[in-house]
Amino acid sequence: MSDIEVIVIGGSAGALDALLTIVPALPEQVSCPIVIVLHLPPGQANLVPGILARICARAVYEAEDKAPLVDHTIYVAAPNYHLLIERNRALSLSIDEPVQLSRPAIDVLFESAADAYGPGVAGLVLSGANQDGAQGLWQIQQAGGVAIVQAPATASCPIMPEAAMRRVGPAAHVVRLEDIGTFLTKLVCAKSRGGA
Amino acid sequence: MTDRSVRDVELGLLLDAIYLRYHHDFRSYAQASLKRRVGSALLHFKCETVSRLQERVLGEPKLFTELLRFLTVQVSDMFRDPLYYRTLRESVVPYLETYASVKIWAAGCSTGEEAYSLAIVLYEEGLLDRALIYATDINPESLRSAEEGVYQTERITKFTENYRLAGGRASFGDYYSAAYGGAVLDRRLKKAIVFSDHSLATDSVFAEMQLVSCRNVLIYFDKTLQERALGVLGDSLCRKGFLGLGSKETLRFSQHAAEFTELVPGARIYQKI
Ligand SMILES: C[S@@+](CC[C@H](N)C(=O)[O-])C[C@H]1O[C@@H](n2cnc3c(N)ncnc32)[C@H](O)[C@@H]1O
Repeated sequence: MSDIEVIVIGGSAGALDALLTIVPALPEQVSCPIVIVLHLPPGQANLVPGILARICARAVYEAEDKAPLVDHTIYVAAPNYHLLIERNRALSLSIDEPVQLSRPAIDVLFESAADAYGPGVAGLVLSGANQDGAQGLWQIQQAGGVAIVQAPATASCPIMPEAAMRRVGPAAHVVRLEDIGTFLTKLVCAKSRGGA
Repeated sequence: MTDRSVRDVELGLLLDAIYLRYHHDFRSYAQASLKRRVGSALLHFKCETVSRLQERVLGEPKLFTELLRFLTVQVSDMFRDPLYYRTLRESVVPYLETYASVKIWAAGCSTGEEAYSLAIVLYEEGLLDRALIYATDINPESLRSAEEGVYQTERITKFTENYRLAGGRASFGDYYSAAYGGAVLDRRLKKAIVFSDHSLATDSVFAEMQLVSCRNVLIYFDKTLQERALGVLGDSLCRKGFLGLGSKETLRFSQHAAEFTELVPGARIYQKI
């Protein structure tokens, strides 16, 4: 098994609340970059980096084109642009048509992460009101990465996690919201030991 | 070799074929989003593999024209990101006013929205009569519709709202008339714009400008091509000339960063030193 090199997270309705639980629960050993796509109206999306910066010790940025991914850093997709990760471990943006009626779309980020990092990706689908992310999470799993879904019972909007579970099948790790931080920590640390 | 690397080889060959046959160079475009668009093209042309698409594109020039629609992204708006146009009006126009004749370049102008927005700002600031706007792109279909300057009626509400937020001094309705089932932009604006073919990937500097506006084009390039393009854009500017980028594009990660200062943080308007 290889190391987890990046964590990608997607969600819509209810996902910001979930992040407020997960992000502060991640210890320093979880050093890899974290890249997040949330579907929010532009006015609210602009506030997310500021909110996350206040609740954790990591640097938090709104994603900019060509920014190299740096450890201990969180990148949040900007409204109206798709966010992708390139093979050279830098971000790229696009204003291609919306996918699943969304721009940014979770599927677009996840697919690019699977392509760029193969088994080095952990993908996490949080609470949300549509099916975006399901296909991308499946692609992460197919490329050898780890597919994680917030347990629908702990999501304020279970549609997105349920869609992801259906698409990925039994290979998905379904984790209760309060346990996601610990799960990610174990995953990242265990993989580093195993892969060394 | 894995399936994944076979697909990468196929993509590389497709881009080589397009370059050799049609002289359009997509070889240094940002891969992640390009792959998605080629994926959509495969579905559209009912090709099972990228190799099959390559074979067809070599044999059918007409298919290439259609494929260009997938390879390039034609999404635009008039006064997109109103803050950008507001800043141009407030901070760049006073500088342009000091010139007897004003030259502006809208690079990657798509279907013309950006060039017409610039023309409206210049008109309202009394500069249009002595201004020339070069509007360039690589997509011939887009250039043709840019030249026509006819937009779907449904888009006018958005344009009007953006215009207002961008600090428009009149009413957006003054700039178009309804015809051909759409909104036709005013002749006065068109007169100041020259539309032409130019690629930031293969062509070079063609005139000296006081303002270059290149928005949401560089995001489609990889790092190397982005540096090349920024070189061309920068070399086109006179000393103290301005470079405007898209609202999520930045010079921060570029080797050209030191050649510019940021005029108003956030608006992505840079001034050449
Ligand atoms: C998303 S549009 C941006 C339109 C407009 N500038 C805006 O921001 O609304 C990107 C444009 O870049 C053009 N383009 C792509 N590659 C190019 C190249 N090598 N040289 C010049 N233009 C290019 C595409 O054809 C497309 O019209």
